[in-house]
Amino acid sequence: MALRDVIFMRRREFIKQVATAGTASVIIGGGILLIGSRSGKSKKALKIYKPKDYKAKIPSDKPVLAIAKNKDYRKAVATAIAVFGGMETFIKTGDYVCLKPNIGWDRSAQQGANTHPEVVAELGRLCFKAGAKKVIVVDVTCNAPRRCYNRSGIKAAAQAEGIEVIIPDDSLFEHIDFGNNSLGKWQVLKPVLECDKLINVPVVKHHSLSGMTASMKNWFGVLTGPRNRLHQDIHDNIAELAYLFQPTLVVEDVTRVLQRNGPQGGKLEDLITYDSVVVSTDQVAAEAYVTRFLDKKPADFPFIGIAENKGVGISQPPSDKVIKIDV
Amino acid sequence: MRKLKIVRTISQAFFFVLFVYFVFATEYHFKPGSEKVSGWFKFFFDINPLNLFGTSLASGVLYSTLVFGFIILIATIFFGRFFCGWICPLGSLNQFFSSFKSERKQHRGLALMKSNIFKPYQNLKYYLLIILVGMAIFGSLQFGLLDPISLLARSVGMVILPAITLWLKIVFGWLWSFDISFVSVIGELLYRFSSALFLPLKQPHFNGTFWLSLIFMAIVVANRIYTRFWCRALCPLGALLGLLSSFSIFGLKKNLDACDSCNKCLLHCQGGDNPHKDLPHHRSECHLCLNCLYDCPQNALSFGFFLDRKKAKVKPQITRRKVIFAGLAGLLAVPTLRSGLSGKPEIKPKLIRPPGALKEEDFLAKCIRCGQCMKICPTNALHPALLDAGWEGIFTPVLIPIIGYCEYNCVLCGQSCPTGAIQPLTVEKKIGTEKTQPVSIGTAFIDRGKCLPWAFGKECIVCEEWCPTSDKAIQLETVKQTLPDGSVLTLQRPHVIPELCIGCGACEYVCPVEGNKAIYVNSVGESRNPDNEMLLHRPKKTRTTL
Repeated sequence: MALRDVIFMRRREFIKQVATAGTASVIIGGGILLIGSRSGKSKKALKIYKPKDYKAKIPSDKPVLAIAKNKDYRKAVATAIAVFGGMETFIKTGDYVCLKPNIGWDRSAQQGANTHPEVVAELGRLCFKAGAKKVIVVDVTCNAPRRCYNRSGIKAAAQAEGIEVIIPDDSLFEHIDFGNNSLGKWQVLKPVLECDKLINVPVVKHHSLSGMTASMKNWFGVLTGPRNRLHQDIHDNIAELAYLFQPTLVVEDVTRVLQRNGPQGGKLEDLITYDSVVVSTDQVAAEAYVTRFLDKKPADFPFIGIAENKGVGISQPPSDKVIKIDV
Repeated sequence: MRKLKIVRTISQAFFFVLFVYFVFATEYHFKPGSEKVSGWFKFFFDINPLNLFGTSLASGVLYSTLVFGFIILIATIFFGRFFCGWICPLGSLNQFFSSFKSERKQHRGLALMKSNIFKPYQNLKYYLLIILVGMAIFGSLQFGLLDPISLLARSVGMVILPAITLWLKIVFGWLWSFDISFVSVIGELLYRFSSALFLPLKQPHFNGTFWLSLIFMAIVVANRIYTRFWCRALCPLGALLGLLSSFSIFGLKKNLDACDSCNKCLLHCQGGDNPHKDLPHHRSECHLCLNCLYDCPQNALSFGFFLDRKKAKVKPQITRRKVIFAGLAGLLAVPTLRSGLSGKPEIKPKLIRPPGALKEEDFLAKCIRCGQCMKICPTNALHPALLDAGWEGIFTPVLIPIIGYCEYNCVLCGQSCPTGAIQPLTVEKKIGTEKTQPVSIGTAFIDRGKCLPWAFGKECIVCEEWCPTSDKAIQLETVKQTLPDGSVLTLQRPHVIPELCIGCGACEYVCPVEGNKAIYVNSVGESRNPDNEMLLHRPKKTRTTL
């Protein structure tokens, strides 16, 4: 269309063209607006997370904490669990059990940076024996996930017992609002939220900032995202997570305890072998108990006190509720 | 003999799928007690004679696994450029896209036939090869920029795979978002299936993917206008094989009496080598694709041994003067590109090479920019350099700690390197033993104006937590600090111990100060270059036991 034609356009032609252009612009503009508003709709407010009850109903005559020592770690786990009347006390037939070990680092089992694979495997075996329908093992690692799962030996050991090994990818997280506390909003492992019974299987080791990383700090491993910021106000964060995730059982791996250079370790000289496993239904009690393996007192770790004040547990259970089995 | 065209198509499809599979599968596969990478993943690099030729020319060392290139070399001397038509995955891709010709009249029918007549632009590849050889003689191996195997490996690994991953994750996420369980189950199944096959755990992303994809798209799109333009005009491997094929005893035989000059043989000619009657056949351009045999209605064409060399143009049509100029250009390019005072590649603080990388001069003489190290890196730490490594090091691997760090017990990059530009290390060698020093790739520095404990009196020390050496290269000092409001705080402040630091970048990766991190790694102190050092002594230390 030459300029001359534009200038001397007929009225009808003019109206027609303007109408076409107008309709097109309305459709395109409206479409864009619709798409834009749709994405706005999907941003609905997250529900505040209420701590899920993973606890099993335990008869009051049962102990709170048991510690078993054995060079055979599988036997140590089995004897410690047997104190509570076996895994059947905690696991019902058809339960979906989630084991949450510490598989944070690309280190071998003997270096003591990750939970010992034998401990995890034995727990899985006991869960299946007690009638669990499905047992999974999952952790959000620090180092490259596949490397951690493999080198720690947990993948092989767990698979040998028929435990499902889950290496989390983006699809396995849910956006959760923890509410008005030091944590705020986080991406949380779905299996941990979905399972019936949650067993925390940490390894006890040294950590420069919190002093120790054991069961409570192990909950960092159900989150993904800017975990590196959690070190600010670390004690509050650890205690808050311990309040939000109160597991069925805590099984603390103190077979070998890293005394220095934690949480990754590396040198075998930094380890002290205790060949023990601490099992408890109370996170705080377990956490307070294992401090002795780092030659410390519960009072050295502020997060234990904060968690106790929140009502997560009792740091000093009555002595008749603590049972030691030394083989 | 005409049936062989189908065999060729199958061969091309087979090698293309194999190639893509090998690139996709170049990932961490755990074998207890070893970090070895299967040699099969290097198959195409091993048989690529350009790697053999280029690396031995530039570095003066014949890398053992590359000798398989001789197989192709010798076979080409006898049979011509069968590699281009039957094996080369980029050639196959170009051939595939050549069948989608532009709709314009000037690219179809008679015009297409004419475009497949030999043109002088096809000689460009020979001059390019000579320029590259000239540079290689001076120790700057630039073959990889244009080498079809490296180029395609790079494009598939750095562009196609991340794109597919992203796309699939969006599609699967969209399927999941349906509330209909049936649809989300299908999405779930598809996702599990593809992640078992090839999907990486984490979305890979690479610095400078844009440029890689631009080059790749240009190569693919050029086929719409000129059939296999890249293979005809630019490919240095094609040029090398073309030069060698001048000795070949095998080639196209024209039965001129049977020919009725219909010129249909030109229609699908891949090499642009004049299979028709009017002009002599250019054997150095022929890919042996056999299309002309298939297209010929008169059965006037066949391939045979010991042909009359006078009837065909056996040698590439290159002129001596241009060869000399190209060679000179190549020789002069190196000092021009290295226009530093020392005449060596200069020390760049942000140029962190993977562990086991050779000294920069030797590295540039061996790296073919195939991107295998970047593909296999489990933390996505290695990226194709743009100008980070200077003009000579485009697309060479550079470690960017903000995106990923060097995993302490991992030696996959060296294991996957086809040419030994990154030496295949064992884990013991990398992390050091009581007697040997670990391989260091740099040193970390703390920016005290940004570091949370140093600058703001906040607890942090994530860098110390992640420091993988034992003893840790980041040590803590406990101090009592008075804050501006008068409160006194007990605080741990990080300090880098340079003798212990290996420059892995884990600290920089995890530092919560996003953007310009409060702790960062520079290349100073890297083991591969004793000149890039700041310490007088670097004592041997006992390190982590495995």
